[in-house]
Amino acid sequence: MSEDYTPKSAFGKWFDKRLPLLTLFAGHVLAYPTPKNLNYWWTFGGILTFCLITQIITGLVLAMHYVADANLAFASVEHIMRDVNYGWLLRYLHANGASMFFIAVYLHMARSLFYGSYKEPRELIWIIGVFIFLLMIATAFMGYVLPWGQMSFWGATVITNLFSAIPFFGEAITNWLWGDYSVGSALLTRFFTLHYLMPFLIFGLVILHIWALHVPGNNNPEGIDVIKGSQDTVPFHPHYVIKDVFALVVFIIIFAGFVFFSPNILGHSDNYIQANPLQTPEHIVPEWYFLPFYAILRAIPDKLGGVIMMVSAIAILAFIPWLDTSKVRSSKYRPLYRQFYWLLIADFILLGYLGSQAATGIYLIIGRLATAYYFLHFILIMPLIGFIEKPKPLPKSISEPVLSKEEQKAKVEKAARA
Amino acid sequence: MNKFSNILSFLVLQLFLTTAFASEIHEPMRPDWSFQGPLGKFKRADLQRGYQVYTEVCASCHSMDLLSYRNLTEAGGPEFSKDQAKAMAAMFEVEDGPNADAEMFMRRAILSDRFVSPWKNEQEGRISNGGAYPPDLSVIVKARAGGADYIYSLLLGYQESPKDLIIEDGVYYNIYAKNQRIAMPQVIYEDGVEYTDGTAATEVQMANDVTTFLAWAAEPKLEERKRIGFKVILYLIILSFLLYFTNKKIWKDTSH
Ligand code: HEC
Ligand code: HEM
Repeated sequence: MSEDYTPKSAFGKWFDKRLPLLTLFAGHVLAYPTPKNLNYWWTFGGILTFCLITQIITGLVLAMHYVADANLAFASVEHIMRDVNYGWLLRYLHANGASMFFIAVYLHMARSLFYGSYKEPRELIWIIGVFIFLLMIATAFMGYVLPWGQMSFWGATVITNLFSAIPFFGEAITNWLWGDYSVGSALLTRFFTLHYLMPFLIFGLVILHIWALHVPGNNNPEGIDVIKGSQDTVPFHPHYVIKDVFALVVFIIIFAGFVFFSPNILGHSDNYIQANPLQTPEHIVPEWYFLPFYAILRAIPDKLGGVIMMVSAIAILAFIPWLDTSKVRSSKYRPLYRQFYWLLIADFILLGYLGSQAATGIYLIIGRLATAYYFLHFILIMPLIGFIEKPKPLPKSISEPVLSKEEQKAKVEKAARA
Repeated sequence: MNKFSNILSFLVLQLFLTTAFASEIHEPMRPDWSFQGPLGKFKRADLQRGYQVYTEVCASCHSMDLLSYRNLTEAGGPEFSKDQAKAMAAMFEVEDGPNADAEMFMRRAILSDRFVSPWKNEQEGRISNGGAYPPDLSVIVKARAGGADYIYSLLLGYQESPKDLIIEDGVYYNIYAKNQRIAMPQVIYEDGVEYTDGTAATEVQMANDVTTFLAWAAEPKLEERKRIGFKVILYLIILSFLLYFTNKKIWKDTSH
């Protein structure tokens, strides 16, 4: 990278000698060699970093006005909406920001899955990512409890009650979690504390995630290694800085569309009713981003079994680097696997839809099939296809398919001139 | 094969049942709200009349705890003048104290007071309404699926119940309510209020006005939000164009 970097100013030189932050920045942000063929699916990493920082900043200011007490929380959120300067903006940014965060993370994960970015030598990047996803789920779940509406309360009740499925100690563990014999202020206060803490843990993991990324460098749509020191890479700045910022701005336009013009469309109207332990809502549904996992939870007739399956649905992701037996990374060159990839995506979306419906009748049956297929994909289809599939021939280098396309163009032009 | 046809017939049955039940559920009416759409705003006059309907009709049963009388003067709301709002507040009494003699006392409400609730507590509200508690209306428009459309329809949805339907005591037939039953009697009647601005108080007019008022109460920053949003998005779109062309230029010499 840029071991040859030296700061220009005298102060920069003085500082960098004692703490080489500038060198770090120059090496990992400015000069960092990046494959030149990355498409827009690669912009979600930057977008996710933006989401995390946005959540932290808006969250910090919200926390200055929010009161974590079962009797006061709902009114304190309305106080933020009505009386705090731009409080409505902060809260809508934070609430919709969580949704945008999950949109981005799902696309980011789908990208990695399609292009085999989890494969050797990038297994740890992927596994750290799975942990980030897990922490995001915990953070968003606890955050949704904070406004103490009906869905907050009943969502917290349903999910914390899952722990009672643990054999022998279930009830004791649940009461310990609650800090009480029911869901109330004690739980709300600890959820607030943890909700405040976890984004900073995520931040730490993001640093590890990027650190691990910068060891082998980025994967790319061709899924082949870059040739060191060749035309295959470009410096991160300005090429990818500008491209990422452009994609980010487009993302923010959509984000702003939600925040300013339909800020409650992704939420549930029941959460504007203050929590009432005596009145169960007709349907208890989680936020949209949890629906696929909620469907898996309910697909299993047994509570403990459901919990195990739901946790496994995420845990299994961590094993993908070894479940995928193919030598080829990118699905571009995997004609058979590619079809199953899209089937998995469809299955996941179907699960999401089922999660929003009452788990009865035909929905329950389809939910079970879709759950079974989800696991089947990873346990059976993925390892098997690696053995039986005949991948398409890979290009020799990143520059090769590019050049040949150009050559083609040149040919066409020559022909036109002749 | 047998199993397959079972599933198929089940699917058909489901489809049939959902369509059959759908006729039971009345979709709310969808009037053209002035505050709809990306540039929508509240009509001041509607909000002002709506406040009148709320205080003269609904406030005998429903609280609005999250609002203060000062909100009535704020930009984007009914925008009553300070004096008007002071006079409106002064029509209510609130308990204050303790004073120097350690006594609680009653005084006229002022701008900084919250809307005075009709009930001392929830129990009193229930006793007076046959066990049903009239919910606080501060965020009711956001707290119901269907929002303003639903509230508006509900207020106008009282009808003679079909003969074959048994309606329990203390509940009323309303085609837009859940299970067509609601513990609130019809409260909107022609000329139920005498509008100070002389508008004819038809049922539709009153329902429109009070619903608009409730929509503002639930989302008092709606106009500011849309105004800022419009500018933000315009700015971002221009920025994205600039970035698009910058990006294009940077990548011009890189074959990829
Ligand atoms: C006589 C007392 C009374 C008056 C006056 C009254 N309401 Fe109600 N309202 C009730 C009661 C009781 C309920 C609870 C109904 C139930 O739970 O079935 C209710 C419920 C409601 C609901 C909630 C319906 C739902 O979906 O849960 C709305 C909205 C509402 N009222 C609006 C109004 C408006 C607007 C006015 C004035 C135009 C008004 N009410 C006047 C007693 C009243
Ligand atoms: C990973 C990052 C984060 C995510 C995904 C997240 C998610 C959420 C969600 C979904 C809500 C409920 C929003 C609603 O419906 O009102 C919420 C509320 C809240 N969050 Fe966060 N959050 C994050 C970071 C933070 C941080 C860092 C803080 C504090 C420093 C914070 C403080 C709060 C507060 C005070 C609330 C309650 C106010 C409200 O409900 O709007 N959050 N969060």
